[in-house]
Amino acid sequence: MNPAEQIVIVGGGHAGVQLCAALAAAGQGARVQLVCEEPELPYQRPPLSKSFLKNPDEALQLHRPEAWFAEAGVTVHRGDAAVALDLARHELRLRSGRTLGFDRLVLATGCRGRRLPDWPEAPANVAVLRSAHDAQGLRERLAAAPSLTVLGGGFIGLEVAATARALGKAVTVLETAPRLLMRAVSAELAAHVLQVHRDSGIDLRLGARVGAARFDGDRLRELEVDGICLPVDLLLLAIGAVPDQALAQAAGLACDDGIVVDAAMRTSDPAVLAIGDCARVVDAASGQRLRLESVQNAAEHARVAATTLLGAPTPAPALPWFWSDQGSLRLQMAGLLPAEGTRHRRPGPTPAGFSILHYAGDRLVSVESANAPMDHLMLRKLLEAGRSPTPASACDPQVPLKQWLA
Amino acid sequence: MRVLSRTGVRAPALDENRPMPDITFILPDGGEHGFEAPAGVSLMQAATGAGVPGILADCGGALNCATCHVYVDETWQPRLPPPQADEIALLELTAAERRPTSRLACQVRLTEALQGLVVHVPECQQ
Repeated sequence: MNPAEQIVIVGGGHAGVQLCAALAAAGQGARVQLVCEEPELPYQRPPLSKSFLKNPDEALQLHRPEAWFAEAGVTVHRGDAAVALDLARHELRLRSGRTLGFDRLVLATGCRGRRLPDWPEAPANVAVLRSAHDAQGLRERLAAAPSLTVLGGGFIGLEVAATARALGKAVTVLETAPRLLMRAVSAELAAHVLQVHRDSGIDLRLGARVGAARFDGDRLRELEVDGICLPVDLLLLAIGAVPDQALAQAAGLACDDGIVVDAAMRTSDPAVLAIGDCARVVDAASGQRLRLESVQNAAEHARVAATTLLGAPTPAPALPWFWSDQGSLRLQMAGLLPAEGTRHRRPGPTPAGFSILHYAGDRLVSVESANAPMDHLMLRKLLEAGRSPTPASACDPQVPLKQWLA
Repeated sequence: MRVLSRTGVRAPALDENRPMPDITFILPDGGEHGFEAPAGVSLMQAATGAGVPGILADCGGALNCATCHVYVDETWQPRLPPPQADEIALLELTAAERRPTSRLACQVRLTEALQGLVVHVPECQQ
C-alpha cells in the first residue's frame, strides 16, 4: 500500500469496525476515516434482540472505546451519513456537507429492515430492529405493552419473540411462508424450532395470510390475519432486510441484490471495495454468488479486505457459520446447505439437543445443531478440515467426533 | 512488573465504588499491555476495550468463535474459577495450540480478586 493512501470506510457496523481494527493492527490506522451514520461509536448488534432487550439497564457494548480510535489514529465521523459518491473525483460527500477525498473506499453499509410499502412510515406502535436506537425504542415500548405481534418468522423475529415471551408477554408470530426460517435452515431444524416456541407459549402461525391493517391516528389498531381481525398492542416488523446499496448504485457500481464484489472484495471499480451484509461475492471460477448476513461473514470480509488494501495475497474463503440464541434454544449452523443431498441426525448429549449433518454425495458440507454446542464445534472443525466420516459413524453418539481430527 | 506500553485507557466503570483490577496482557513478541479494567466486565471486553492486539472476539462473547483465546499466566491459573463445559468444548477450536492454561477471555469475569492478573496472547486466533 502506498503510504499516503487515504482509506474511507462507509459504515460502522461489524465489518467496518473490524476492518479498522485490522488496518490499525498493521499500523495503518492514521490513513483511515470511518463514516458512521449513527451517533454511537460502533457497538455489538447481537445482544440487541436478546439481553439488551430484556434488561432495562443494559448498556450498549462498544466494539472499541473512543480512546482506541484516537490512539490508532482512526478518524470517526459520527452521526453523519454518506450521501453521494463521485468515483471520477474520488470524493465522498456527507450529509453534513463535508467532502472526504479518498484513494480507496470501502462500502460497509449493511442492510436496512424491509418495510411494507402501503403502511405509514413510522406508526408509534410498529417497530423494526436494526440499530441501537431501534432497540432502545423497542425495549421501552415492550415494557409497557401487554402483548407483542411479530410479523416474520426469521432469526430476528424469533429472537425477539423468545425474549418477549421470557418477559411474560403474550406473543404472536405471523409467518406467511409454510415454515419458519425458510431461507436459512433445513425443514427439520425449522420444525424443531417451531415446536420449542409453541411449547413456550408463543402463538406461532405458519402460512398466515396477512391482510388489511387498520390504523387509528399514528397507531396500528388491528391486523387482518387469515380473515380475522387481530388487535395489536405492539408490532415488530421482522420481514427481512435489503442490502443498502443506494450509494453504490447511484455511483454506477455493479449491484445485484448487493454490491457485486470479487473474492478480494473489489467492486466493479478497483478503487472501491464492499464488505459485510451489503456485499455479494461472485466467484469467477464456480459462478457461485453469495451474500450472507452474519457477524462471521462481516468479520471474514473485513479480514479479506485488509489483505487487499495492504497488498497481501487473498486468503482462501472461510467456512461460513452462524448462530442464533432464542430463549432456551441455542442454534448453530456451519457450512452452506446443499441444493441436493442427504441429511442424518446425530443425537446430542441431552434429549433437547441434536445435530443434523448434511452430505452432498459422501462429502459432509453443512451441520446444523440445536442445543448441542460441543458436538457442533467438533463438527465445525471437521468441516473446516474437510473431513467426511461416514454418516453412520458420525451419527453414532457412542463414537467421539474428536477421533477424526487426529 | 515492567510495563512497555500502558495505554491509559479506562473503560467506564460499572460501579464507581468498585476497585479496578490492574491487568496485563503479554503479547507474543514480549510487549506488554497493562491497564486498569472495570470490575464486572469480561477479560475479553476489557481487552477489546483497550485495543489489545490479537484479541479478535468475533462473536462478541456469545461462545461461538474461540478468537479471544488467551493463556493465563501459570501463577494465576489456580486463582481463576474453572471453565464451564461450553468453554472447554470451544477451546478445541482455538487456532493456536491449546494448553492447560488456555481460556477464552470472554468467559473470565474480572473481579477484585483478579487484581494484577497476567495473561499471554497467543500467536494467532484464526
